[in-house]
Amino acid sequence: MNLDFSQVVPYIPFILEGIWVTLGFVIVAIIIGFFIGALVALVKISHVKFLRQLADLYTSIFRGTPLILQLMIVYYGIPQLLEYDISPFLAAILTFGLNSSAYVSEIVRAGIQAVDKGQLEAAQALGIPYRQTMVKIILPQAMKNILPALMNEFITLTKESAIVSVINYLDLMRRARVVGADLYSPLEPLIIVGVIYYMMVMVLTMLGKLLERRLRKSD
Amino acid sequence: MIKVENLYKSFDDLAVLQNIDTTINHGEVVAVIGPSGSGKSTLLRCMNLLETPTEGHIWIDGEDLTIPSTNILKVRQKIGMVFQHFHLFPHMKVIDNLTYAPMTVKGLSKNEAEVSADKLLAQVGLSDKKDAYPNSLSGGQKQRVAIARALAMEPELMLFDEPTSALDPEMVKEVLDVIKSLADSGMTMVVVTHEMGFAKEVADRIIFMDYGQIVEESKPEDFFSSAKTDRARGFLDKVL
Repeated sequence: MNLDFSQVVPYIPFILEGIWVTLGFVIVAIIIGFFIGALVALVKISHVKFLRQLADLYTSIFRGTPLILQLMIVYYGIPQLLEYDISPFLAAILTFGLNSSAYVSEIVRAGIQAVDKGQLEAAQALGIPYRQTMVKIILPQAMKNILPALMNEFITLTKESAIVSVINYLDLMRRARVVGADLYSPLEPLIIVGVIYYMMVMVLTMLGKLLERRLRKSD
Repeated sequence: MIKVENLYKSFDDLAVLQNIDTTINHGEVVAVIGPSGSGKSTLLRCMNLLETPTEGHIWIDGEDLTIPSTNILKVRQKIGMVFQHFHLFPHMKVIDNLTYAPMTVKGLSKNEAEVSADKLLAQVGLSDKKDAYPNSLSGGQKQRVAIARALAMEPELMLFDEPTSALDPEMVKEVLDVIKSLADSGMTMVVVTHEMGFAKEVADRIIFMDYGQIVEESKPEDFFSSAKTDRARGFLDKVL
C-alpha cells in the first residue's frame, strides 16, 4: 500500500492554519444565518401577506439552487455588476449566511408554531408587547424544541463550507489540495483534513448536547 | 367597569355570540355559567380582546376596546386573566413568571417586582416554590401561581376562564379558596365556571348563557332556587 503520511509533516502547520480560516467564516456564517433566519421566520408568521410571500420566495430561491452556484454568482457577479472587488471571505460569509438563513427560517418557523398558543395569549393578557413576547417567551421555548434540527443545519454548513475552495479561499479543503499538488500525492492531506472536519463536527455535536441539557433544566 | 353592548362574534359562518348586552360594575363578582359551547369563554375572551368581536362594543372603564385607536396593551394591563390550562411560562422560574410582566410592562425594578411577587406567593400559599419551575408543580399549584402572576400586574379586574376545569378533583378547593378570598377583597371578577356551588356562594350575579346568548341574569339565590327560563331550569336539572 502506497500511503506515506511522513511527507506531509512539513505542511502540518499550513494545514492546521486552515482550521481557523474555516472556523472563522463558518462561525460568522452561522451567526448571520441564525439571526436572519429567525427574522425571516418572524416575517413568515406575520399577518402581512405580501411580506410572507416575499419570505417564502427568499427561502425557495436559496433552497432551490445549488450552494456552489450561489457562491460563484456572489463572488464573480458582485465585481461585474457593482464593480466592487469582493473578498473571498466576504463572499463566503454572505453566501453561506444567507443560504443557511433560508433553512434556519423554516426550522424556527416550525418551532414557533409548535409552541402552545396559550403562551402567546398569556403574554397578551399581561399586556406584554409583541416583540418581548416573541424574544423572551416564545423563541426560548421554540429554541428548546428545534435545537437538534438547528445543530444539524450548523453541522451541514460546517461540512459544506469546503465548497469555498472553488473561489480560491484558503480554507482547510483548499489547503489539502495545495499540499496534495505540491507532493504529487493528493490522498494523505485529504485524509488529514477529513479527520479534522470530523473532529470539528464532533465538537459541534458536543456543544449542542451541552446546550440542550442546559435548556432542559426547566423540565 | 365593563359594558358590553350588542356584541356579536362569529367564526366563519358559525355565530358564537349573539346580541350580548350586559354591564359589570366595580367590585362585582359575576359567574358565567351554561352548557359547553354556549359561548361563555368566548364572551370572556372578548373582554380583553383575545377574541376580536365581529360586531358591537365593549367598554372597560369607559374605553372602547373595539375601536382601533384604543391602546389595547394599556387596557390589558388593568385586566388579569387566568386560563383553564394555566399557561405559565415553563422556561421561567415561578418568581420570574410573576416579575417578568411588571418589570417589562410597568417598568418596575427587579427588586420592587420581587417584593410584591413574594407577597403574592405568600398570599396563594406558595412561598416555598418561588425558585421552582412550573413543570415541577401540581395543577392546583400551577393555577395558584397563574393567579398570582395575573395579580402581580395589580389589575382592577380579573377574568377567570374555567380556572378549575383542568384540575384533579382534590385540587379544586385550594384554587377556589384563593379565588374566594380575592372576591372577598373586593376585586371585580368575571368567572366562567362549572362549579355551581362556588358560583352560588361567591357570585353577586349569575349570567346564564346558552347558544351564544345571555338567557338569564339574576342573583344566585334566585337563579338556583327559581330560575326564570326553561332552558336554565333544564341546565340546572342536569348539573345539580
